[in-house]
Amino acid sequence: MNKNVDWKKYVIVFIITLALFITAIIVSSSLNEKKFSSLKSIQDQIAVDLLSSEVQYSLLEEQSCSDVTNSVLSQELGNFADKIEYSENNNIGSTSDLTDLKKNYSLLEIKDYLLMKKVTKRCGIKSSFILYFYANSADCTDCTKQSYALTSLREKYPELRVYSFDYNLDLSAVRALIAIYKIPNNLPAIVIDEKTYAGFQDATTIEKIIGPALKPVEKKTTTKTKKSESVSVPATTTESQ
Amino acid sequence: MSSIFMYIIAFFSIYVQIFFLVTFLEKRKKIQYRQGTMALANYPEVTIIVPCWNEEATLDATVASLQALDYPAHKLTFFLVDDGSTDSTWEKMQKYATNNQIKIFHKENGGKHTAMNMGIEMATSEYVGCLDADSFVDPVALKRIISYFNSDEKVMAVVPSIVVHTPKNLIQRIQKVEYNWGVYMKKMLALMNGIHVTPGPFSIYRREIFAQIGLFRRAHNTEDMEIAYRMQKNYMKIEHCNDAFVYTVTPDTVKKLYKQRLRWIYGFIKNTIDYRKMVFSKKYGVISWFTLPSGVISIVGAVTMFSLLAYNIGHFFFDKVLQVQAAGFSTNIMPSMKFDWFFINTAAFNMVTIILYILLLIGLILGARLAEGKPRLSINVIPFMLIYSVIAPFWILKAVWNAVTSRKTSWR
Repeated sequence: MNKNVDWKKYVIVFIITLALFITAIIVSSSLNEKKFSSLKSIQDQIAVDLLSSEVQYSLLEEQSCSDVTNSVLSQELGNFADKIEYSENNNIGSTSDLTDLKKNYSLLEIKDYLLMKKVTKRCGIKSSFILYFYANSADCTDCTKQSYALTSLREKYPELRVYSFDYNLDLSAVRALIAIYKIPNNLPAIVIDEKTYAGFQDATTIEKIIGPALKPVEKKTTTKTKKSESVSVPATTTESQ
Repeated sequence: MSSIFMYIIAFFSIYVQIFFLVTFLEKRKKIQYRQGTMALANYPEVTIIVPCWNEEATLDATVASLQALDYPAHKLTFFLVDDGSTDSTWEKMQKYATNNQIKIFHKENGGKHTAMNMGIEMATSEYVGCLDADSFVDPVALKRIISYFNSDEKVMAVVPSIVVHTPKNLIQRIQKVEYNWGVYMKKMLALMNGIHVTPGPFSIYRREIFAQIGLFRRAHNTEDMEIAYRMQKNYMKIEHCNDAFVYTVTPDTVKKLYKQRLRWIYGFIKNTIDYRKMVFSKKYGVISWFTLPSGVISIVGAVTMFSLLAYNIGHFFFDKVLQVQAAGFSTNIMPSMKFDWFFINTAAFNMVTIILYILLLIGLILGARLAEGKPRLSINVIPFMLIYSVIAPFWILKAVWNAVTSRKTSWR
């Protein structure tokens, strides 16, 4: 009586389970592809913004400073950073595609950095710049801490502009920055107004360095430009409009 | 590597649920939903044994429940066996000494199964059953159970549907959901002849089986599981009478629940080890290829899911510690609530988990259909899933640990 095993049923159930599994994988893959496409459209949007910023700078040479907006690159850049980071952590898109996106992101940051330096100098706008170099690896706990410290400072000081770079990104422009500011390989490292600080710097220490130049905002609803959990693509540039 | 393991566990967890569902669709017409009383062609003699150990508080209610059974009184006998109680159970039993339908016995304490064995040895009826002193029987349950024996002479034991007696708090309400789900799974297993436990509350046996395979044995405090394994090993058919209801008083605290489940899971592990030759054996059917392996999968699955949850919670708090170290308490500890579909986790494993939960919900709905007559989804399903997914791994892990270290569990 008990000896009879209905193998056909076992096989049918196996096929149904497999079909459900494959469906789940296809749905997941399709949604992830959509996400990656949306990343590309954000990148296109930023490219337009970049062009706009270049035009704006050309205009700046002929116009008064009152026509200059504080933020040259759009809010989208911060959103872009968040999504690249999320994609890296959740295997959305291929590694090479994500690396390309990160390279574009880094170039946009450098463009914005150079432009904003000129703008602030010419127009006498109070602003402080931090270049932040991190390692995109799970064992750089200090990098995680550093990005939290910078995020909290950016909330406190809207005029603070933070540009983050993956130290290991194979991009000549980033390598040039590393060479110019003599960034050591014991990360994280930050550059505040042209001076390099190696290792983790907590929020209070950084505040002491930048504090005199900037004034904190009263408690208000600030827009976070990146997730606080950020490790791989920490803080980015953007200020309140 | 660990993600492959997770996918394998998820695959087989879904496989088990699909197996139940396919069985339901295949054999649903065989499931009976009888209403009210019924008449049997013949009424064989039945003895119900009530093993009692310190049951002074519940004894009268249990006996009253038995006396209310809709079954000819001259065909029904009750054995109250005092298993060396240290309270007034034996004194309380005395009032039944003159009742023609009831016999009382006293013995040295030896465990529930020894009280059962004493009753079986004293019985002369064709059928014997057991009722735990913390359970109450629906009056028509016995007739419905006997109808299974009457219609198939190969049936050697019939187990009832055990449901929760008047749940009073959240812990009992979530057990009600679980027990209803259990009714569905038990029925599906019975339809495949794969039942691996004949529970203490009101399982009825043909008395002849004990002559063939022996009496109850000490078996890791789950003697009702061991006897079912032994019956399956001897190709004896165990049925489930889904419309015979027994109401049991369930643990009302997490601690009591923990102890009970620890005993059950430990018993399952140890009995399965004792009968390991039955697993994936060509000699045996569904119990060998489905029931026991799926039990193992559920244990491994629960531990795996819990490990994942524990890792994520640990990671979350570690991250918050870093956040506070970096920027102090002034920083925004709570994550941003801004909604963006991009950040919804669409990983394949999450999709697989959703499928698994949908299948579990279908099982819960069908369980309610069998146990309560209506296919519905109780609101208690939410706390059931939330609370069990957090606390169940603790007793499972502890049971695995105890089984590995051969540390015995206790009844109470």
